[in-house]
Amino acid sequence: MWDYTDKVLDHFRHPRNVGAIENPDGKATVGSLACGDALTFMFKLGPDGRIAEAKFQTFGCASAVASSSALTEMVIGKTVEEAEQITNREIAEYLGGLPDQKMHCSVMGREALEAAIHNYRTGEENVVQVHDEIICTCFGVSRSEIERVTKENGLHTVEEVTNFCKAGGGCGMCRDRIQEVIDEVNHQAAAVPAPKPEKKLTTLQRIKLIEQTLEEQVRPVLKKDGGDVELVDVDGDTVKISFRGMCAGCRSAALTRDNLVATALHEFVDPALHVEMV
Amino acid sequence: MRTVYLDNNATTRPAPEVVEAMRPYFEELWGNPSSMHTFGGQVAKPVAEAREQVAGFINAERAEEILFNGCATEGDNHALFGVAAAWGKPGTIITSRVEHPAVLGPCLRLREMGHTVVEIGVDGEGRFDMEAYEAALAANPGPKLVSVMWANNETGVLFPIKEIAEKGKAAGATVHTDAVQAAGKVPLDVREVPVDLLTIAGHKMHAPKGIGMLYIRRGTRIKPFVIGGHQERGRRGGTENVPYIIGLAKACELSAAAFTDGSHERMARLRDKLEAGLLATCPDSRVNGDRANRVVNTLNISFEFIEGESVLYHLSDLGICASSGSACAAGSLEPSHVIRAMGVPFTAVHGSIRFSLSRYTTEEEIDYVLAHCPEVVAEMRAISPFVKH
Repeated sequence: MWDYTDKVLDHFRHPRNVGAIENPDGKATVGSLACGDALTFMFKLGPDGRIAEAKFQTFGCASAVASSSALTEMVIGKTVEEAEQITNREIAEYLGGLPDQKMHCSVMGREALEAAIHNYRTGEENVVQVHDEIICTCFGVSRSEIERVTKENGLHTVEEVTNFCKAGGGCGMCRDRIQEVIDEVNHQAAAVPAPKPEKKLTTLQRIKLIEQTLEEQVRPVLKKDGGDVELVDVDGDTVKISFRGMCAGCRSAALTRDNLVATALHEFVDPALHVEMV
Repeated sequence: MRTVYLDNNATTRPAPEVVEAMRPYFEELWGNPSSMHTFGGQVAKPVAEAREQVAGFINAERAEEILFNGCATEGDNHALFGVAAAWGKPGTIITSRVEHPAVLGPCLRLREMGHTVVEIGVDGEGRFDMEAYEAALAANPGPKLVSVMWANNETGVLFPIKEIAEKGKAAGATVHTDAVQAAGKVPLDVREVPVDLLTIAGHKMHAPKGIGMLYIRRGTRIKPFVIGGHQERGRRGGTENVPYIIGLAKACELSAAAFTDGSHERMARLRDKLEAGLLATCPDSRVNGDRANRVVNTLNISFEFIEGESVLYHLSDLGICASSGSACAAGSLEPSHVIRAMGVPFTAVHGSIRFSLSRYTTEEEIDYVLAHCPEVVAEMRAISPFVKH
């Protein structure tokens, strides 16, 4: 059995917004029978320009059904511009998290959303760019898709990429090439350092930068071990955090705080910051 | 909530008689049979009797041909690595494409070690390609090991193991069979079927997990795999797992009885009832595997346009335990290697469900599944993008 959250199981057992819409404004199908999961997603706009209705049909495992159902709930009430900001991580977070090996279900949701918006804007049915190189032929995953999940989720290993977009999970012949793409992406990321603050930040800017640093520098590392961190408060130079998931109660939590969290905050925000666990 | 357990190819309920037979060896007779004192030494006799019992179960000529071990994976590893090690030079292993990972894994390793591995394919019904097998036997001079399963774990298809063993022996090969899924479902007779090595697992036949048996025909050239003390006549080190050996022997006795007391026929009838009922109530479904040559407890059925894990979760909510050949998980994202080797169409590979019965399965349980499974399939199809609504 998978360690699904109650919310995943709830959305799987009682999927919201199943079905089809007559004359949708945007519609797309991603995945295929051969790949083992597929999602048809469509939406219709209301008179106020916001998504009034969203429906789905899914062929796939419990977390694929739950991710699709969650996606429909998340987009309803949003403008198209707001909806297209939704990331696969947000879909997973909406469900209280997904097992690592099931993260690709959240990616399928984001892909369907993006394809449906593309369909709404252009009338085209296909978003795969013709010049895009297919790296994983078993699951038809392109270079740009691998680059994207690597970048957006801070991935470092082929296994993680497989978890997020299935690439490399079939015959395995493309694993070396996936590693090359990961290395390229991470090399570029390292070459472009995060902007360092040049002048004194306002309190709000400072909190936002702390949040951004935790999100980009800390969380991806913790997530690999099934953990997480939450910002609780910022009081002067004291940053109060709380570890979640596997990190909560971990005996090495203090080390993680000093070596990972404090180091990142000193580098990207302010060397004067002091980190406390609460 | 009730539990309807139809996943007996994964593991079985330890028979109450087995648990009862084991109990004294935890509570009073917990000595080491190798000891030079009566307290330990007295358990050597029951272990010897258990060995006789298990030998009788497969009609082996001698009790010494029975080697107790920890599990079937160990038995398969011992057979493959032990025979190849005895060659002392590169040889050929002929196996099938639908073996259990306990055989396919060692084969991969043996290939890395410089041996040749030939995998024989199957047809759409999961039937063994005898012609390819004969060709492989003829094409590979030098030492040969054949390792082909007796019955398949996913489909229940029975291979013509007698013919495979006879042809292998005639070509000078050592012949091993993984009989884990055949034990207790078809009579095993190593005088009738001339294999040199045969693996069984206790927990697939109502003994507990953690006990297995490797039959080694006298005269077979094989090196030990677990190396240590003198136990099992120096062929498998490690203190005898006395209670579990007693449990396995009891399970063999009960399994043998089930062939003659009508439980076997009842299991077959219930499986057939389940199969006919599901085919009748779930359109676009198909049975995977050769229906004429299957063990009596297994039904592998594909419901087209839906995915296995979803079906299993819904069945689980109803208390029904089954399994799926497909695993939607990283590292094993591809559907079952068995179903794929059979060339099952893509519309059906991801929705294959395996129901496996035991002699404890009741008619009422089968009726319960027949009453609920069609609803689950219909529900999943209602949300599938591939069904024309």
